Amino acid sequence: MRYALLVEGAPYSSQASHSALRFATTLVARGHQLVSVFFYHDGVYNAARLAAPPQDEPHLYDAWRSLHAEHGTELQVCIAAALRRGLLDEREAERHGKSGHSVEPPFELTGLGQLIDLGQGVDRLVTFAP
Amino acid sequence: MAISSPSTGDLLVILRHPPHGSSWLREGLDAALVAAAFGQSVSLLFQGDGVLALAKGQQTGPLGQKGTAATLDMLSMYDIDSLHVEETALERFGLEAKQLQLPARIADGDSISHLLAGHRLVLTF
Repeated sequence: MRYALLVEGAPYSSQASHSALRFATTLVARGHQLVSVFFYHDGVYNAARLAAPPQDEPHLYDAWRSLHAEHGTELQVCIAAALRRGLLDEREAERHGKSGHSVEPPFELTGLGQLIDLGQGVDRLVTFAP
Repeated sequence: MAISSPSTGDLLVILRHPPHGSSWLREGLDAALVAAAFGQSVSLLFQGDGVLALAKGQQTGPLGQKGTAATLDMLSMYDIDSLHVEETALERFGLEAKQLQLPARIADGDSISHLLAGHRLVLTF
């Protein structure tokens, strides 16, 4: 089956991201296709490239990147939810006159319309919310 | 008043949070509006604390947040008129249908099951 995930919980603040990742790795291990993970609401913090968790905790940011590298899963981030929370890629940082950026590929800022498209284009869209 | 609220459609958005104190409701409504703008038929289910979103007379308050009452008034412009409100939650908050900002169909457990089954996609906020 073709799957997509919607992640709405902030990493380390709630279980949502951890559970979504476990579900994601199990999906692909069972031979399903995970087309995309869409980050919305506080879930957009998963895309913060500067995340530096303690070494004895799961590194969620790196885990999302691995998912993309190994299985081609797209990592889409709602741009409206991201910008107001300080998550900007290089282009948006420049546009808003910021000295640094906090989001970089493979995470990609995109519109909510992509979430709606995803919902229509996959067999299952599963929400992980706190 | 007869309320036309079909229990089927493309997308069901479940709103579980009250209008103030977090951005859950606002970001959930945003998703509904975008889907409607993309031509999808959208239903809303106000569930749990989310029923408070429909209480009349919501203000924006002193915190600089936009509030959601104005967004709710825009729903009809987006052809989102399939609104459902959880019966037990209304009772818990002592709210009656006439106290709601918009006409919504009162949904018991069976109706909620039908809503979940009748939409191709469900998003929960």
